[in-house]
Amino acid sequence: MKTFLSLINVFIVMVICSAVNAEELSADKIVEMANDASYYAGKDGQASVKMTITDSSGSTRMREFMVLRKNMNNKDQKFYIYFKAPADVRKMAYLVWKHVKRDDDRWLWLPALNLKKRIAPGDKRTSFAGSDFFYEDVSGRGTDEDYHEFIKTGDTHYLIKNIPKEPDSVEFAYYNVWINKKTSLPEKAEYYDKNGKLYRRVEAKKVVVIQGYPTVTESVASDLAVGTSTINRFENIKYDIGLKEKIFTERFLRRPPIEVTR
Amino acid sequence: MIKINPLLMLLAICILIKLTPAYAGEQPESFFDRLGIDTHGFADLRAGTRITEDDYERDTSLLESRLQLDISRIGDFATFQFRTDFLYDDIPKETDLDLEDGTGFIDLREANILFSPIDLMDIKIGRQILTWGTGDLLFVNDLFPKDWQSFFCGRDVEYLKAPSDVLFVSMFPDFANINFAFTPRFDPDRFICGERISYYNPALGRRAGRDAVVNVHKPDDWFKDSEISMRIYKDISGYEIAFYGYNGFWKSPAGMDMVRQKGIFPDLAVFGGSIRGQLKKGLFNLETAYYNSKDDTSGSNPLIPNSEIRLLAGYEQELARNFSGAFQYYLEYMKDHGSYRATLPAGSHPKDKNRHVLTMRLTKMAINQNLTLSLFCFYCPSDKDAYFRPNIKYKLSDSLMVTAGGNFFTGSDDHTFFSQFEKNSNVYTGIRYSF
Repeated sequence: MKTFLSLINVFIVMVICSAVNAEELSADKIVEMANDASYYAGKDGQASVKMTITDSSGSTRMREFMVLRKNMNNKDQKFYIYFKAPADVRKMAYLVWKHVKRDDDRWLWLPALNLKKRIAPGDKRTSFAGSDFFYEDVSGRGTDEDYHEFIKTGDTHYLIKNIPKEPDSVEFAYYNVWINKKTSLPEKAEYYDKNGKLYRRVEAKKVVVIQGYPTVTESVASDLAVGTSTINRFENIKYDIGLKEKIFTERFLRRPPIEVTR
Repeated sequence: MIKINPLLMLLAICILIKLTPAYAGEQPESFFDRLGIDTHGFADLRAGTRITEDDYERDTSLLESRLQLDISRIGDFATFQFRTDFLYDDIPKETDLDLEDGTGFIDLREANILFSPIDLMDIKIGRQILTWGTGDLLFVNDLFPKDWQSFFCGRDVEYLKAPSDVLFVSMFPDFANINFAFTPRFDPDRFICGERISYYNPALGRRAGRDAVVNVHKPDDWFKDSEISMRIYKDISGYEIAFYGYNGFWKSPAGMDMVRQKGIFPDLAVFGGSIRGQLKKGLFNLETAYYNSKDDTSGSNPLIPNSEIRLLAGYEQELARNFSGAFQYYLEYMKDHGSYRATLPAGSHPKDKNRHVLTMRLTKMAINQNLTLSLFCFYCPSDKDAYFRPNIKYKLSDSLMVTAGGNFFTGSDDHTFFSQFEKNSNVYTGIRYSF
């Protein structure tokens, strides 16, 4: 009898555990789907981006650049970013070979010196081009860098809490993400500091379906502590354009491809 | 005395032609935009002064206004690029226009055409700025012309690279990338000649400047006095590997013609290699080259530099958020030091067999990357001299940038490389409007 009871106990524990596992798995799965929807749509893609940075006094700075992206094997990707404005960074290009399993390879093309400068692997949670977006917002955060927890399932969104596996490597204690159930796109992320205070928000303001892929066409990042914010407006978005891999090499830093100059 | 600056007038005209800022797509197109011609540029005003008295130079180390026009057209078959500076420079005595030496009121930076005759080849012909190699302000296999005068006097660091007039061919077969640069007529460095920056003159046995401007005999026959540079490079799983070759001349007047009493550019051939990649949390680079001084292979001619082996090792890492550090070790190893010492005229200051240089670069960015603080130091333990380059840059807006900095030289002897420039230590400030 005792043995039977303990067997039941074991069984109950197993059921509870597997239920917990199932929920963890599905939170992971949803985050994975959100990552795919945000960063991996199509085999490749392009967009022109107009970035408006507003500082705490209300004055603005503009950035304008083209982005080319190509998906590689094992979720690796290549990015080519070509700046068109402002004038002092015009014709600069930023090349990223994103690796899921190791640090990204990154280069900057400095046209005045005709120089390909390799960038040391750095903190990806620093400002991209002086904006409120981080490098990591542009190329994506590794989904296995955080623990993912279900907070709730609403009618339209999943709310998932993300806790970093290496808290010392990032500036946040955790962040909550609202993921659209239909499109799988993350539509809002709120970042909390170590004191539990909300200090940063990234939002998708407009979503349009392009070639069958739900696509964010306007996003905003706000630094709530400093009072600055950045709006990204995406135009001329195209997917599956057949970008050649050779575009993402030094040759096409020296000679920008027509995909970015047109 | 304040002089009326014709460049400011020219700038006003350019802005009127341009009319629209680059990103204001909604505004009417300018005249050039309609032709598919992209026009940009900047106006840059700079001034600097020596911090110590130099017996052979003016106190003013820099006083100039510069207008750069950058015109390009990207066509289906070819890309045209034209970039030139109109310059009012108060320092030099010589103001004759010479596009090759870069003297006078025009400094033509780029004028070239780029096209792809076949899929695996790009050709760029004309004036262009060329750079390769892995060093940071130290050059081992990069034998393209440098402008040391600009570098030491407080111009923007991009002016360290002087333009080359070159046929530049790039080929991209599967096994590697190949670059080939043919310079039909020797393009030397814009070297320190005493006009702007005082230097140690061994013949006089003291520092000299405007009183003894270096006289040179430059190899300048078309095709006979040509230069060839080559590079083969490949990326192997994140490591960039390159091999280099060069045949031409010492880029600064490293030799002496005693009969004519002129500095000369002896023959030089260089070959070397480099590797760059990730190491731990940072980037490392290793580069080496053999400098074959072909006019003095035994090293016994004291008027021609000896052959050398050059070596560079560097490491760069982010030290904290928005703060990075880069460190380099550099060695010049003289091949036939014994012969050099044996034939050196009495009373000369002998060079060491090994010249060691250590460099450090610290860069801090702040205020949304609008503020950049940087410090670059060269320290040479063998010569016991050093050179410090602090700089601060602030972007007031997307178009307006202010900067200030200094070039500080120090050392224990008058004749060593950095120490000879001690009296040129200067501070400068500048403002740049980009359009």
